[in-house]
Amino acid sequence: MSALVEAKGLTKHFRIGRGQIVHAVDDMSLDIHEREIVGLVGESGSGKSTFGKALLGLHDKTAGKVRFDGETLPGRYRPADFQRYASRMQMIFQDPYSSLNPRMTVGEIIGEGLRLHSDLSGAEIRERVHDWLRRVGLEPDHASRYPHEFSGGQRQRVGIARALIMQPQFVVCDEPISALDVSVQAQIVRLLGELKSSMGLTMLFIAHDLSMVRYVSDRMAVMYLGSLIEVGVSDDVFFRPKHPYTELLIGSNPQPDPRIERGRETVAIEGEIPSPVNVGAGCRFAGRCPKVMSVCRTDTPPLFKVRDETGERRVACHLYADGGDTAPSGVQGNGGSNGGGV
Amino acid sequence: MSERTVRDGGAPLPGNPRGDASPDRRDGGDSDIAPQRHDEPALLAVDDLHVEFDTYGGVVKAVRGVSFSVRPGKTLAIVGESGCGKSVTVQSIMGLIPMPPGRITSGTAMLDGIDVIHQKVVEGEDIRGSRIGMIFQDPMSSMNPTMTVGDQIAETLEVHRGYTRSQAYARAVELLGMTHIPEPAERAKQYPFVFSGGMLQRAIIAMAIACEPDILIADEPTTALDVTIQAQILDLLDELQATTGMAIILITHNLGVVARLADDVAVMYAGQIVEKGSSEELFHQCAHPYTLGLRAAMPGNDPHREQGLQAIEGTPPDMFDPPRGCSYFARCPHAMRLCEDRLPERFEVSPHHYASCWLQHPASPVEVPGLYRGEGEAA
Ligand SMILES: Nc1ncnc2c1ncn2[C@@H]1O[C@H](COP(=O)(O)OP(=O)(O)O)[C@@H](O)[C@H]1O
Ligand SMILES: Nc1ncnc2c1ncn2[C@@H]1O[C@H](COP(=O)(O)OP(=O)(O)O)[C@@H](O)[C@H]1O
Ligand code: SF4
Ligand code: SF4
Ligand SMILES: [Mg+2]
Ligand SMILES: [Mg+2]
Repeated sequence: MSALVEAKGLTKHFRIGRGQIVHAVDDMSLDIHEREIVGLVGESGSGKSTFGKALLGLHDKTAGKVRFDGETLPGRYRPADFQRYASRMQMIFQDPYSSLNPRMTVGEIIGEGLRLHSDLSGAEIRERVHDWLRRVGLEPDHASRYPHEFSGGQRQRVGIARALIMQPQFVVCDEPISALDVSVQAQIVRLLGELKSSMGLTMLFIAHDLSMVRYVSDRMAVMYLGSLIEVGVSDDVFFRPKHPYTELLIGSNPQPDPRIERGRETVAIEGEIPSPVNVGAGCRFAGRCPKVMSVCRTDTPPLFKVRDETGERRVACHLYADGGDTAPSGVQGNGGSNGGGV
Repeated sequence: MSERTVRDGGAPLPGNPRGDASPDRRDGGDSDIAPQRHDEPALLAVDDLHVEFDTYGGVVKAVRGVSFSVRPGKTLAIVGESGCGKSVTVQSIMGLIPMPPGRITSGTAMLDGIDVIHQKVVEGEDIRGSRIGMIFQDPMSSMNPTMTVGDQIAETLEVHRGYTRSQAYARAVELLGMTHIPEPAERAKQYPFVFSGGMLQRAIIAMAIACEPDILIADEPTTALDVTIQAQILDLLDELQATTGMAIILITHNLGVVARLADDVAVMYAGQIVEKGSSEELFHQCAHPYTLGLRAAMPGNDPHREQGLQAIEGTPPDMFDPPRGCSYFARCPHAMRLCEDRLPERFEVSPHHYASCWLQHPASPVEVPGLYRGEGEAA
């Protein structure tokens, strides 16, 4: 499996005046293989959306590189670049209410990308829009209606059609189900799964519902305060988390079974995610970590390679500096904060 | 907090089918081993509540005959899709339905012999805020942005409890400490906007429990929060219930949250309660296809994913013109012909576990295999 998308040391800082810098994404290296779904989790403010947008050129990159299908993407997109990549990389947004222009019909919304970025005729576009309405479970005659006439789940279907009509290879789904009811979430997840298989899509699936991410993704990546702190096969990360933060994050996720929940020890993480403004050296989780050591306060842990049951795992924590407890002795952590692709 | 102790035991409804220990207490208190007493009356009993709203599109029949009861010191979770009437139900109890356009066309909510829907003030005391406290999904909406957090909580105590200014303020700081807000004396002097979402929800909880209510109503208290902060708030609610003995009505659409906190569960669909019982029964022996559907629509913790995610296709019915038969008919994979025309009658699935559905109803003319009664894996 080759990497379709490779982020190397991707960094995005925002300047917010008075010399303050928001370290929204710092030095993220992550590979996404062809036809793979990588789930990206982390508390709000950890940098998930910024990472997703920076991959697609929707943010200028402060540092680092993104390679797509072997080609290095520009650090800052010009209009022609959007034109060029729109048909290859797309985004599906969280909020099916605010992400659709209320003054455009659903047909215009879905067809807009083709109008801007293709030379198809109006009739051809209309035909594709109708086809896509059907593919996402809506009716062709919905094309003439406005977004407010639809439920949240239906609007998310419109958002999916708008992105996928471009026939992209890679899609960033930014919390596509977070605003929806449980029963509708399952409908949308199934729809995305079917389209993924039939179109051979590669996806970055951002969500905060850990059980859903585990269900949807092949691999799971965990962010904390702008950094990638753990990545591995979804089930491995979910059932056997290694980074102390991942362990606490997954432990906080209540399971829909009282037999599990009532016997559970309190696992809540103390405190809250700190502000990503002007962060310094050391592990970013040190202030809340129950296993903190003195080295954690001075040295930023790189992503150490850890031997795992079914696949490769990387963990940014000094506890795994020697390859971790499951690694055979002699396996050294891959030092350097740009520890290569994942 | 108060001198009150945890009140164990239970009321007749809903749920707790077994006479043994309530399965869902985790506080390690005496209630874990004390036998349930079904003769103790319910703390709050809501009976046949109907609520409508006049809108430009017609009359929305938001709540259609809801009945449930809350046991002292226990947590009742109300679950269901958005728009099914959860908030309207508890807003009716709290006297928060805007009238017009709203209308409570029938129903009572008895708290210690008083119908709180029709009698809001008892012996000069407003029941809301004193005997029943409430917290909302959006913490900012229940705070006054122009007053410090300490002053707001103190004001509640001055109004409801007749505390002096300084007594009230001292108590406010104590309450902030009880909800584990660090440096409560400092935080009390701050305005709500400097609080994070999680801290603000703690402050709101402090305000809601200031008058030591018998019942705390929590409407989606963690929906806007991250899982880590959600876990902290759930732990806090659990702890406060153990120390104060208050009952909790918890509205949520997250079945994980239900499993974590609820003793009893009521499942709402299209303005009605379709199933209710103990948490254990509803998760492992549910009898209503909608309850089962909600369970199957969530990915569980099963290491084998093959079971797949079962979506509930379609959408809830139009509440302007609710179906005359079962409101789940259009989406139900087990629908029978009679379901379309005849409103399903409630039946007792097992002691204190009720469902409104024809599938297993003893009076149903159709022979049905015991699809939902299998041990354990209901989903
Ligand atoms: N345009 C912006 N200007 C300044 N700060 C921003 C901007 N966009 C995001 N941030 C900040 O960057 C951090 C990461 O945000 P985001 O990527 O949205 O996180 P997530 O999607 O994980 O919730 C947050 O602290 C956020 O406030
Ligand atoms: N003030 C109002 N005016 C008109 N309709 C309302 C009002 N409040 C609630 N409703 C309607 O009542 C129904 C139930 O709403 P609600 O109880 O808020 O649902 P939920 O289960 O999501 O809490 C919905 O159809 C909603 O549109
Ligand atoms: S590096 Fe240190 S502080 Fe950071 S997660 Fe590991 S043990 Fe905790
Ligand atoms: S009454 Fe009929 S339609 Fe309604 S839930 Fe039961 S089986 Fe399904
Ligand atoms: Mg985001
Ligand atoms: Mg509500």
